[in-house]
Amino acid sequence: MSIRSTVISLIQQIGMETRKDLPPLTDDFVLLDSGLDSLAIAIVVTRLEDTLGLDPFTESDDTSYPVTLGDFIRFYENAAKFSDVYSAQSG
Amino acid sequence: MPPNSLTSIQHNLGNASDCSGRFLWGAAARVSLGDLLRSTSLGGRLPELSGRSVLLATRDQLATALALIELDGVAARLIICAPDVSSEHLPSVIAKAGVDAIVSDHDAHDRRVVGGRLLVISTLDLAPAKRENVEHRPTEWVLLTSGTTGAPKMLIHNLNSLTAPIDLGRNLGTGVVWGTFYDIRRYGGLQIFLRALLGQGSFVLSGAAESTADYLVRLGAHLVTHISGTPSHWRRVLMSPQARTIAPHFIRLSGEIADQAILNTLHSSYPQAAINHAFASTEAGVAFEVNDGLEGFPASVVGASGEVEMKIVDGSLRIRSARTALGYLGGDNAVLPDDEGFVDTGDMVELRGDRYYFLGRRNGVINVGGLKVYPEEVEAVINRHPAVRMSMVWSRKNPITGSLVSADVVLKGDADQRREYSQIADFKREILQICQQNLAAHKIPATIRCVPALDVAAAGKMIRHHA
Repeated sequence: MSIRSTVISLIQQIGMETRKDLPPLTDDFVLLDSGLDSLAIAIVVTRLEDTLGLDPFTESDDTSYPVTLGDFIRFYENAAKFSDVYSAQSG
Repeated sequence: MPPNSLTSIQHNLGNASDCSGRFLWGAAARVSLGDLLRSTSLGGRLPELSGRSVLLATRDQLATALALIELDGVAARLIICAPDVSSEHLPSVIAKAGVDAIVSDHDAHDRRVVGGRLLVISTLDLAPAKRENVEHRPTEWVLLTSGTTGAPKMLIHNLNSLTAPIDLGRNLGTGVVWGTFYDIRRYGGLQIFLRALLGQGSFVLSGAAESTADYLVRLGAHLVTHISGTPSHWRRVLMSPQARTIAPHFIRLSGEIADQAILNTLHSSYPQAAINHAFASTEAGVAFEVNDGLEGFPASVVGASGEVEMKIVDGSLRIRSARTALGYLGGDNAVLPDDEGFVDTGDMVELRGDRYYFLGRRNGVINVGGLKVYPEEVEAVINRHPAVRMSMVWSRKNPITGSLVSADVVLKGDADQRREYSQIADFKREILQICQQNLAAHKIPATIRCVPALDVAAAGKMIRHHA
């Protein structure tokens, strides 16, 4: 499963658990303005850490926080490029 | 600097040279502080509230702000109802605080809550009023914070303990506009409210249903200069497209551990702003502020003499100052200060080099975006599932909300009993459902693990691994 589809399916799962009707998950979807609150994003980040073995937020002391879904996916894709964990899993 | 000795907010505003250019901006209305000195939001019923124990059950923050200004120095006791206090706990709050009057901005109150008490409905349409006939007295302020069983703890402050951290002599200049992502019914927000009122500033209050994006746009429109929030509030700001609508001169973080990532990111996003992080709690007041842009705090402040004294006992931070709460109301909670007058914050710290760093809470309390979660309350709900033998709830670090709630669950039956994966998934889903029905969103476990056993100490208590 690609990082993109993992992220999207986890967001959909959290949307269902928290009974939020989410708009279509396009790249310009603003994470915190479309029905998800920061608690929901926090849960997505935790489950992504469990699924992908990646937490790009805490791997650096100088983080730029992702605003849109596109930013968020790229954030994880970039982290994966530098992560042995992910390459070991996918390779 | 000696502790402040103020008689009332009104008295202080009345002595201010000119209030006419100063405003409280709510989401739906604005009030000039100059007008407020000559008018009332309480429909002319202020004299009836004199000397009473008044529950402030307002929904709108501007309505709360107006009532606080009018009632301080008039009511004997003000009980400030935090927005997350559930109606189930209100009767015990009312009984413990001896509430005999309720001020609200809506009249949809449960009859059992109102009882035979005086109910005053406040309005944002101010009416002219005179205050000469109202007797003045010192007012006790009661703030609510969450407690172990979900019932709120009630902490007593007064205007002097609340304003002791504020340097009233310091001139921040004209044009100071304050804002906060906190609710002013919590200690962190109340601090900003009092700074705005007792300094020279105006204040932009967030609305009950207002999104962070909309609040940022209003903050930007009013040219906010000073703004505060928890690290989680600030992470939320930085994830908003409207983050660029503000350009504050001063940023303050409190209520949670400020890590280096959020300090660095705020510095690069708002390079013009002075950034400080403060250690404060409803119980201990504001202990100190750190201005050097680094997480943790310098070891030199521990043991130093001054208005706030700090010591570390068994790894936890203790504080003695005129800023701490005066005690608990209701008498069913631990006594606040120790024999030497120090309040135990329960926050564990570790010395590394010449700085102390926060590790978390000794009693396992989980801080989710500035909101406290007591593990015992969540465990009691999880344990209602018939297949659960025991559970342990713990704090999992999170880069968005600081921490999240996680649960380890031991299922009934033989430890060696092999369960189908699908059966375990069903149990987890059912546990989650019970939690969703019985707990506030931030208390619901983000992850649930089924484990074969939990560590239990000789005395039969679960061993919690903190920090």
